[in-house]
Amino acid sequence: MTILDSTLWIAAGSFGAGLLGALTGLGGGIVIVPLLTLVFHVHLRYAIGAALVSVIATSSGAAAAYVREGYTNIRVAMLLEIATVIGALLGAYAAGFIAPRALAVAFALVLLYSAYRSIRPLPDRVSAAPPHPLAVRLRLNGTWPAPGGERPYTVQNVPGGFAIMMVAGAISGLLGIGSGALKVLALDQAMRLPFKVSTATSNFMIGVTAAASAGIYLRRGYVDPGLALPVMLGVLAGALVGARLMAAARTRTLRTLFTGVIVVLAIEMLVRAARGEF
Amino acid sequence: MANDIDGGVARPPERRESALQLWIGRVLRGGVFTAALVAVFGGLIYLRRHGASLPEYATFHGVPSGLDSVHGIVRGALQGRGRWITQLALLLLIATPVARVALSAAAFVKERDGTYAAISALVLALLLYSFLGGNF
Repeated sequence: MTILDSTLWIAAGSFGAGLLGALTGLGGGIVIVPLLTLVFHVHLRYAIGAALVSVIATSSGAAAAYVREGYTNIRVAMLLEIATVIGALLGAYAAGFIAPRALAVAFALVLLYSAYRSIRPLPDRVSAAPPHPLAVRLRLNGTWPAPGGERPYTVQNVPGGFAIMMVAGAISGLLGIGSGALKVLALDQAMRLPFKVSTATSNFMIGVTAAASAGIYLRRGYVDPGLALPVMLGVLAGALVGARLMAAARTRTLRTLFTGVIVVLAIEMLVRAARGEF
Repeated sequence: MANDIDGGVARPPERRESALQLWIGRVLRGGVFTAALVAVFGGLIYLRRHGASLPEYATFHGVPSGLDSVHGIVRGALQGRGRWITQLALLLLIATPVARVALSAAAFVKERDGTYAAISALVLALLLYSFLGGNF
């Protein structure tokens, strides 16, 4: 297979990942690394570099749409970006000292967790309780465009959210993913933001978090342009088409299917790690 | 404050950040679009020259020297080398969220919001450290 062939195949695979990721709301970035390592036999470090770059592209595109519609809480995002960026820098540094095999196992566990969360979604925990004192001091409470008009919400447990975000940042830096599942855990479970606000705010932060580790990845030689190009363009195009098709598609069936794919990829990664590959 | 929220009093929609929202949207979209275009341009040059060679991604050996620093990337791109042009595009893509943080910092300074200007400046400093730290 020549470079031209592999570029086209990788672009097609990434397109599929971006499309399914957008249609199911699970994000395509998470299956890019297993796709590249298991199907195309790309070394884990190159795969992580290419996936991270594609995460920046798709999350920035989505963030632009959400921020204009007024769902994003910019103050919450700015505050928590301190946590995710510090976490991401630490994670990206650590990635260089951890054997690819151990990274592959960690990756498989994150895949399994995402699949589990997709089957068992967490309940929406919006609360009318008085806000956390820090939320008042830092003016984090906001309003969001609910179907019936602008609706106010309060922000809870700011320190808890901050701590979870630092872990989310570290995982993002370690594995080259957006770790949206963990970000949403901090935003809607700990801080109790409305679901749409937490999704929009998480998307808004993913680009900045990824940019923090991308600088380190680039200097370490993890970002190969020949590989990152088809991955980035494929995922981006897939995500754009997916967003358009969203209304028409039967997302429940697709979600089950995609979750199944994630589980199979996770198991395959574990099996190969056990065999000493990677 | 809690009463105001608990009572569900209909407050007028707050649109204080709307100019900032608009600009953030533009920067994010513009950055991604420009990066994608430049990346394709570099990719076409690369594929025309090296498309028939065999890919070597199975073992990790980093990237050719010059593709791993801002200085090297800019120099290679100016010489019209395909992979360096694509890498410059990826650099632009990575810089897009950084530009968004810089824009927020400027907006908070303009609003005389000291706390958030400081928070944005801290995030920006950490990002620039990652981006430029070590060998520029």
